[in-house]
Amino acid sequence: MPSLKQLAKRDERFLSGHRLCAGCGEGIVARMVTLAIDKPLIACNATGCLEVASTIFPYSSWNIPWIHSAFENAAATISGVEAAYTSLRKQGKIDRDTVFLAFGGDGGTYDIGLQSLSGAAERGHNILYVCCNNQAYMNTGIQRSSATPKAASTSTSPMGKVIPGKIQFQKDMASIMVAHNIPYVATSIPGKWNDLTSKVEKAVSADGFAYIDVLTPCRLGWPHEPELTMEISRIAADTCIWPLYEVVEGKYKLSYKPREKKPVAEWFKLQRRFDHLLKPANQGLLESIQEEVDRRWEALLAKCGG
Amino acid sequence: MKVAKTGNEAFAEAMRQINPDVVAAYPITPATEIVQIFSQFVADGLVKTEFVAVESEHSAMSACIGASAAGIRAMTGTSSQGLALMWEMLYVASGLRLPIIMPVVNRALSSPINIHCDHSDTFGARDSGWIQLFSENVQEAYDNIIQAVRIAEHPDVKLPIMATTDGFILSHCLETMEMITDEDVRAFIQEPPERANLIKSLQENKPITLGALDLQDYYFEHKRQSAEGMFNALKVIPEIGKEFGEKFGREYGFFEEYRLEDADVAIIVLGSTAGTAKEVVDRLRKDGKKAGLLKLRVYRPFPAELLAEALSGIKALGIMDRADGMSASSGPLYPEICAALFDSPRKPEIVDYIYGLGGRDVKLEDIGHVYGELFQIAEKGKKEYTLKYIGVRE
Repeated sequence: MPSLKQLAKRDERFLSGHRLCAGCGEGIVARMVTLAIDKPLIACNATGCLEVASTIFPYSSWNIPWIHSAFENAAATISGVEAAYTSLRKQGKIDRDTVFLAFGGDGGTYDIGLQSLSGAAERGHNILYVCCNNQAYMNTGIQRSSATPKAASTSTSPMGKVIPGKIQFQKDMASIMVAHNIPYVATSIPGKWNDLTSKVEKAVSADGFAYIDVLTPCRLGWPHEPELTMEISRIAADTCIWPLYEVVEGKYKLSYKPREKKPVAEWFKLQRRFDHLLKPANQGLLESIQEEVDRRWEALLAKCGG
Repeated sequence: MKVAKTGNEAFAEAMRQINPDVVAAYPITPATEIVQIFSQFVADGLVKTEFVAVESEHSAMSACIGASAAGIRAMTGTSSQGLALMWEMLYVASGLRLPIIMPVVNRALSSPINIHCDHSDTFGARDSGWIQLFSENVQEAYDNIIQAVRIAEHPDVKLPIMATTDGFILSHCLETMEMITDEDVRAFIQEPPERANLIKSLQENKPITLGALDLQDYYFEHKRQSAEGMFNALKVIPEIGKEFGEKFGREYGFFEEYRLEDADVAIIVLGSTAGTAKEVVDRLRKDGKKAGLLKLRVYRPFPAELLAEALSGIKALGIMDRADGMSASSGPLYPEICAALFDSPRKPEIVDYIYGLGGRDVKLEDIGHVYGELFQIAEKGKKEYTLKYIGVRE
């Protein structure tokens, strides 16, 4: 893995000047992921904040060939690009080792894009798919998704007088991808640059489809103070709300075990979407969430061999 | 070489000869055989094609968009619900100016579910920026899809293109046709002209961004450019059709005029019904009645001026609409023909006939009945209705 110093010397592939919010996690993830790939690179984006904020015509933040076609089909679109490349390589018209990368938000990945993602993974294209998972449809104004955590107040699962925010727990997307028997699946956060960089490196060297789910703080939708982006992503890992692990050829490996597992409230208290959850009236709900997080963490530890 | 092929076989053979770099497709009745036969060509190593067996038509078109944007020749094929599922991506393909080539087998849209022919699927896609070629028979379907490559990829056009056959009537009907040799097809379609693309930009280290957010200040200009591609197709389509004629003996334009020159009454028809209608015209002519026919081959771009010219002097004109626009007014073809003729000094009386939905058989008598009505209108010099449904229990 390259050192920070070496990374800093690489040509930037996601450039400044984009119009993402101050403190947005997506820009950081896009920059870190593309910087970690030390090979010719073509990227595709699902419709979403990252896409609209980085390519307002005639400007573009992408210093690499880049395509966006629609919301639910980044995996299908990039599989077409990869198929074109494969065809030309077989015809002897091209020989450069090229990486094919797709970015989708949790909407474009967990929900509307799940079918095309599953199709591309099953077909085994040589693609790295990165989900910038900010846990709601942020681009359209913070609506709930299947990645939204339980009790989060969003514009379509608002905290009300009788319903305390989202009712369901989030979908376990990484497990769904593991079930495709693809060579590489991982979770990560922007707050640990070495974790994300090394996972991207492993993902692009894997032979076939790779998936990384990056918990990506949204200062506008969670919302949190913009300077807390990196820290808040680390607290998600410290509370085991967002455990960091990888699954290489079906084998689970924990990437990070917090020295001291923090209570989930430590993460909730930094985000206003959970304000109601920390009130005494919702004590029972908070405890039930802690129990479920603990249960999922223990299950993961068991998969990782303790 | 004379061969016997179904419409689907002819499309698949043409695809083998075109030998695209990428085919991404999903099966749907009655177009399934096209991709099925083609995947056997792939399995037998007869083509260089990278075949992407996608999980839906939406992904088929998305993968074709990615592949075409990467700079290569991409094809798919579909029908009806499959085309409907592609809808969103049809507009993206044309907006990104990607010359994707697609055989489509015309089939009714649900609901009720039906697998047989009408034109509601592709008529519905009329505003999507795709060029649309219709075929009367298997020969024309084969010839159209080969010409489609040249039309779509022409540097002045750069728009996606679909060539259609009538579901089951042509897709599953065995007809004799003249097949061109592989070498002649490849010589005719040529190497694709160069255009900006992802792989080229990677190789030249000049990154391009495709599919950027286009707001109030640029969207209109880009749409205007796409429209210009469609205007240019009006010039390119007959050029390619003429060149095809010179090489292979079958010349193509926007439409075929059948005994139209001195006709008093005529119908406009697309697809396989033209064959039935020509027989009716011949019989009427035998009886000394001046009947004619115009078979529209190119639905998009719409050759309005040429149509007005060809139909000027006709006294009564019947529009055969194999789709219902559900507008409580007419089928989709009628208003466009009326608009084309609006400024004509010698406008015919025009009546719309909606027919053949969901594969309802169209008999000689049905067409004969239409001509009978049109002759009455021509005699009176005035129509008493503008829309009729034919061949339906009401």
